[in-house]
Amino acid sequence: VNDFVAQHAEILISLVKIAILLFVVLTVNAYLTWFERKVVAHIQSRWGPHRVGPHGLLQPLADGLKFLFKEDPTPAGVDRFVYYLAPLLALALALTSIAVIPFGPNPIHFKGHDIYLGIADLNIGILALFAITALGVYGIALAGWSSNSKYPLLGGLRSSAQMISYELALTMSVVGVLLMAGKFSLRDIIDAQASAHGLFGWGGIFHWNILAGPFPQILGFLCFFVAAVAETNRVPFDLPEAESELVAGFHTEYASFKFAMFFIAEYTSMITVSCLCSILFFGGWLSPFPASWTFTTYLPSVLLIPFGLWVIWDGMRYETIFGKLILPGAGAVITALGAVFLIFPAVNEFIQGPFWLLSKIFVFLFVYVWMRGTLPRFRYDQLMSFGWKLLLPVSLANVVITASALLWSSR
Amino acid sequence: MNAPLIIFFVLAAMAVVGALSLILQRHPIHSALSLIVVMVALAGLYLLMGAEFVAAVQIIVYGGAIMVLFVFVIMLLNAGVEERTNLSKLAGFAGIPLAVALTGFLAAAVARSRLRTGRIAVRRHRSHQSARQSALPGFRLPFRTHFLPDSRRYFGRDCTRRPPG
Repeated sequence: VNDFVAQHAEILISLVKIAILLFVVLTVNAYLTWFERKVVAHIQSRWGPHRVGPHGLLQPLADGLKFLFKEDPTPAGVDRFVYYLAPLLALALALTSIAVIPFGPNPIHFKGHDIYLGIADLNIGILALFAITALGVYGIALAGWSSNSKYPLLGGLRSSAQMISYELALTMSVVGVLLMAGKFSLRDIIDAQASAHGLFGWGGIFHWNILAGPFPQILGFLCFFVAAVAETNRVPFDLPEAESELVAGFHTEYASFKFAMFFIAEYTSMITVSCLCSILFFGGWLSPFPASWTFTTYLPSVLLIPFGLWVIWDGMRYETIFGKLILPGAGAVITALGAVFLIFPAVNEFIQGPFWLLSKIFVFLFVYVWMRGTLPRFRYDQLMSFGWKLLLPVSLANVVITASALLWSSR
Repeated sequence: MNAPLIIFFVLAAMAVVGALSLILQRHPIHSALSLIVVMVALAGLYLLMGAEFVAAVQIIVYGGAIMVLFVFVIMLLNAGVEERTNLSKLAGFAGIPLAVALTGFLAAAVARSRLRTGRIAVRRHRSHQSARQSALPGFRLPFRTHFLPDSRRYFGRDCTRRPPG
């Protein structure tokens, strides 16, 4: 057994990393639904889920069980092969795209192996990601077509038209960043930002592509984010699944776990887009503070310990016995985590990169939910004219200006 | 049989089966799906030859953009199952021998051309070094013969390097 492990160490490490990432992503997906329902509820002056577990924290678990045990009928007249293929395709491609993303700068040293956070550090990272998302359209389009039903067909048509239109703007808006970094690898793009020329020579946040010279990618970021929201079919671009127009759009005829697969795919692509936004435009794992401000390295502990203590305090006065047991336990774990970062400088050092990356991802996920709670849906003609007449020209202009600025500054 | 060779045969079989299925399927959507399989398999073959950029572009352009348009148009027109007429059945009798003949001539032409395969320098990269290095020398021939007369000048890492002389 030892020989086998030694010979195939790289493959085994990759498999373990895939298993861990899959578990983390699916758990985050589940709690993203809870987070979304809570935030949207508070935006609309409601409580949101609060019956299942303390603060509704066990709601995702109940939902998952419900998905598994619901009846799963196959409608008459569906194209069976494509009908079963579509959700599988959507989920598999959405989960694959996360494999390209690096989550931290430093490797973990383990028995002579450098284990980087992130599964595949490809030199064509962002191209591979775009290739995978380009195929992701089929999941939705084919689901709409194969259901043999009017509303899903309309949803599928809408989604393919929408994705063709917005994919152009999505890829064009990234070109500015690629020109500045000169690399396709996501890790290299972050490294390029670390050594970038900050605005006025300032450090920290001014190194990020969104603010760094020679031409800050603010236009590029706005185009990218809008196009990415449209690619993930989220509000205000959720025309393929518009409840008030198309019942549920492309997944109307799907039930039980096949529906859950579309659901997980959508939330996973939300996470991927948030990762991409943070990495391409907001410096990935780089801290927003200048390197000389060493006291900011204690920020994770400073945030975690009071939050953990608050959770303990909240748990003590929670109404149900269950909550009185669970919440203080969770709070103690969070506080302990903060204390560990405070006590061991090596751990604190290691945690900095992932901490900032995850914080940025969280902010973008919040913006996603915020938009859902705030914005109404586009009309179809508005969607098309917005994509073709505004986003595409602006992202093209961004490419031209960035290229000119780079040329001018390099002279 | 090393790993790259096995992967090559799996991808090649995928491409051939996809192409056959593209012709044999009765429904346009199934044909379009088969064509996507062919495109993805070809991208895999490019990847095996160390041409990552071509592989990614193959999927983005052909697999993503063009085939999505195909599927979109087929869905929009609501194209039904193909109806076989006497003439289309006749096409099978003439088409199959012609296809076999064409394949034979192409194979003969490739076999007789005696193109020499060169090695391209693989820049060391963090990921998948060993797999790519072992995969490269063997599969350079089909890429060079089919794709471009001098791929070295058009693709990959050799763009940066000047040709000798």
